[in-house]
Amino acid sequence: MTKFRVNKTKHVDQTKTVSFNFDGKSYHGFDGDTLASALLSNGVHLVGRSFKYHRPRGIMSCGSEEPNAICQINEDTDLTEPNVRATEIELYEGLKASSQNCWPSVNFDIGGINNFISQFIPAGFYYKTFMWPKSFWKKIYEPLIRWSAGLGKSPTKPDPELYDHKHVHCDVLIIGGGISGIIASKIAAKNNLRTILIEDKNILGGSTIFQKNENYKINNKYSSEWLDDEIAELQKLDNLTIKTRTSLAAYHSYNFLLAKENISDHLPLDKKNGGIRQRLWKIRADKVLVATGAIERPLVFNNNDRPGIMLANSVKKYLDFYGVSCGFNNVIFTNNDSAYETAVSLKEKGISVEIIDIRKKSNSKIVKNAEKLGVKIYWNSTIVNTFGHRKINSIELMNLSEDGSNVVGDKNRINCDCLAVSGGWTPMVHMHTQSGGKLDFRENDQTFIPTEIDENHINVGSCNGDFELEEIINNTNKKVKNFLKVSETEFDNTSVLNSKELDKRNIWLLPNYISEGKCKSFIDFQNDSTAKDIKLALREGFKSIEHVKRYTTTGMATDQGKLSNMHALGIIADTAGVKMGTLGTTTFRPPFTPLTFGSIVGRSVGKFFDIVRKTSIHEWHSQNNAKFENVGQWKRPWYYPINDEGLHDAVQRESKAARDSAGILDASTLGKIDIQGTDASEFLNRVYTNAWSKLGIGKCRYGLMLNEDGMVYDDGVTTRLGENHYLMTTTTGGAANVLSKLEDYLQTEWPELDVYLTSVTDHYSTASICGPNSKKILTKIFPDKDFSDDAFPHMSYQNAKIDEINCRIMRISFTGELSYEINIESKYGKSLWEKCIEVGKEFKITQYGTETMHLLRAEKGFIIVGQDTDGTMTPIDLQMDWIVSKKKYDFIGKRSLYRSDTIREDRKQLVGLLTDDPNEVLEEGAQIVSDVNKKPIEMVGHVTSSYFSPNLNKSIALAVVKSGKKMNGQKLIVPMENKNINVTVSDSVFLDKENKRIYA
Amino acid sequence: MFLINCPYCGERDQSEFSCGGEAHIVRPKQPTELSDDQWAEYLFMRKNIKGVQFERWNHAHGCRKWFNMVRDTSNDKIHAVYKMGEKPPVE
Repeated sequence: MTKFRVNKTKHVDQTKTVSFNFDGKSYHGFDGDTLASALLSNGVHLVGRSFKYHRPRGIMSCGSEEPNAICQINEDTDLTEPNVRATEIELYEGLKASSQNCWPSVNFDIGGINNFISQFIPAGFYYKTFMWPKSFWKKIYEPLIRWSAGLGKSPTKPDPELYDHKHVHCDVLIIGGGISGIIASKIAAKNNLRTILIEDKNILGGSTIFQKNENYKINNKYSSEWLDDEIAELQKLDNLTIKTRTSLAAYHSYNFLLAKENISDHLPLDKKNGGIRQRLWKIRADKVLVATGAIERPLVFNNNDRPGIMLANSVKKYLDFYGVSCGFNNVIFTNNDSAYETAVSLKEKGISVEIIDIRKKSNSKIVKNAEKLGVKIYWNSTIVNTFGHRKINSIELMNLSEDGSNVVGDKNRINCDCLAVSGGWTPMVHMHTQSGGKLDFRENDQTFIPTEIDENHINVGSCNGDFELEEIINNTNKKVKNFLKVSETEFDNTSVLNSKELDKRNIWLLPNYISEGKCKSFIDFQNDSTAKDIKLALREGFKSIEHVKRYTTTGMATDQGKLSNMHALGIIADTAGVKMGTLGTTTFRPPFTPLTFGSIVGRSVGKFFDIVRKTSIHEWHSQNNAKFENVGQWKRPWYYPINDEGLHDAVQRESKAARDSAGILDASTLGKIDIQGTDASEFLNRVYTNAWSKLGIGKCRYGLMLNEDGMVYDDGVTTRLGENHYLMTTTTGGAANVLSKLEDYLQTEWPELDVYLTSVTDHYSTASICGPNSKKILTKIFPDKDFSDDAFPHMSYQNAKIDEINCRIMRISFTGELSYEINIESKYGKSLWEKCIEVGKEFKITQYGTETMHLLRAEKGFIIVGQDTDGTMTPIDLQMDWIVSKKKYDFIGKRSLYRSDTIREDRKQLVGLLTDDPNEVLEEGAQIVSDVNKKPIEMVGHVTSSYFSPNLNKSIALAVVKSGKKMNGQKLIVPMENKNINVTVSDSVFLDKENKRIYA
Repeated sequence: MFLINCPYCGERDQSEFSCGGEAHIVRPKQPTELSDDQWAEYLFMRKNIKGVQFERWNHAHGCRKWFNMVRDTSNDKIHAVYKMGEKPPVE
């Protein structure tokens, strides 16, 4: 046992040694230790360097508020994690941890030079300094900032661990397993309410669990023993779920909460067994009880950040819970009674302790007890300086003036190896405010207290401002009874011996004889903001607390200012001469403690990141060497290379084959909406720009759908299957949105229409066969069917059968070729496809993908919504005036087509572009200009589609160009990085302007 | 994360719903009779109130029905939900 392990406790098993490594050195701790307690038991205080000045820093607390002891764990493995608080890491065999933000080592850190030039790096230094000269930015400032910024190292490889999500519902959720959380849980669970209790530590009990002395008794037992009994009873309750190692991350509205459960973080690497590391609980609770407790405040005085300066209650916990004495020559510096508990504990174990109290006197029982034990108390005194580089070795104190605004008398130096400070307590109101709760300022102890806002949410215990054992128990009992509508509980007549009093002398910034500019009185330890910085920000005109926070970075480190926010507010209020309650607080945002990315995403990684949709023919495509393209969630064949063909060669071959003989495309992904009802025709009239009433049964028609602002939204062919029955097709990516939009109009604007919409996209598979030989192929598949133009004209549909299976054949064309689409129930899709391929063999039928489809339709000047349109194109801009009905009184978007903006003649309009060099293929998205000499060069448009057409043997492109309609034949320029490409505006239909091929 | 009482399905998590903006803006019956300004009023102008607001919501991942909601945007309290076509509750 090391000399600092002075006490045996039941929470640390001193028979089980655990070895670990810190900064390359091996140490031993025990089962039940945290990394922090194990380090302290080895006398290690110095664990890191501060962010800005690289000052040596030591362990300060024992919980999630820890600002200094943040480590990199398991460095050089895939499991490495930065910014982990040593106070929260449960020690395990083989744990490897190292300090951060120091180079070359924590004992000798080059960056420490910043400490000596700190006068020249005040608040806002970066904003003020790195502004000029401009040329310094890229080569000097940015690399410098990047090198010095950040804490710790991110892992470089994918996280190998598993994470999970769980949704739960409960009647009562209790956050915090301290004494008030335990009382509340017991009352809730015993009254038949399904209750969940979550606690971030590995055991229940909060700070009462190690409070074993004569000053605090409950029903004549030591408070820790009373609580042990309560916990034992709690664990027997059926409808109570207790989750330890589970920390609340966020409290959203309507009692929706997120909590992170650590499942394997405390296990040695070889015992994790590839199981789940962390689980994110998504909890919807009927009622929420917040019992998160309070955090002890530090005090703000000169050089208050040396290793060995700790929070008083943490010193007590290390002693009474872990059995570790943080020093043998302790000094306590306090403004309230609670630090006397630490003094009594130390003294009872024979460890030297003296107290410096800024109060003039206190008459509470605990103070009397400390005096009785022989603890020396310096009343009405303050620390003006501390000494010791890597660890504190002495302090200097002076008396306070009557009003506390100054120091008087002589300096007195005391040696010490640990300084325990207490500035009172701050209720953890984070959860309350995250949920939308408001705060009241309580003057007598300078705390923000929650105001109850909601019948389904209360705060109990010290997070509600009850700091004395007696009021914690009684108030919690009373509030919980009222909240859960319970008439009596076992806690109704609890007798409590309390020895503290809520008496405190609050001085936010302690006075000093040294001038303010020369003091380093830290407020935010992790971000190195001092009282001086806050005052500077105020002098420079920052008034809002939110602005001061950002300018000085106070409260913006990984600890989110758990220890610093109150002091920053207090000093601002004092300096500006306003009441603290009127100043408000900064916003408390989730997460309360950092969450891992893994726990946020859960199982939604890799192939589970998004849904993948495949057509029924997918397997065939894979077997035939298809390269796939993502279209929305769909995987569509992009092209089918033969041997080592690239994209270009494959597409050229596929495109030529489709026009020369026959091509086949899997068109199953197009959105399909089944429309039925007596008003179906009227409905289509209202949602498409063209007229539908006169479309004969068995006929197909292309339709263009607009938004109400007149811009093209979607397009597709709709077939009239019967008098009151249509099948609408949409773009692949737009299917879901189109259905939603149509439903919206039906339900909200036109509820009188008798129309029913059903998505049938997945119900049918579609094989689209095009090319001059397509009719011959269809005739072979359907020998009984007459495919003559008279019997089966373009833009019509017929029912048919293949081997007794019903299918629909549409004669429609997106390529400009004679073309048929066969729709069949999805389960027969692959068989249909294989049959087409088999029958088509003699005509050299060629499967083609989306890239070839895009090329073929571009040769014909057919638009693709979303490629040639971008939400700012009207049908008139697309030169598709022919599809906009002049006769119809109304349709979605009609009125917008003659707004002053949409009738402008200089809008961007769709045109064709031909490059002067027929082999030059333009880049899609390239800008188009008319004059490269007049600067600034005016951009007149951009290229939307561009291909080399094997059928025309030249480059073709579609583009949108200002006033393009009137520019046919005009020369324009597409400037590229190395050259200007000369182009000529042309008609957007490049091939078969007479539409003869569809009758081939 | 709200708990929304869909008028057709009951209480469901907010993640099942999508918000469709301000409610009770009726599409003009005769758009062609309107001036540019009048049409723009319908097309573009939306209130964005801090306080009690009437909103359209869709149970997108549920029954797919649209309905209306009265919500206080300053504290996210939902005061009422009611079906399309029903009169808004008087405050």
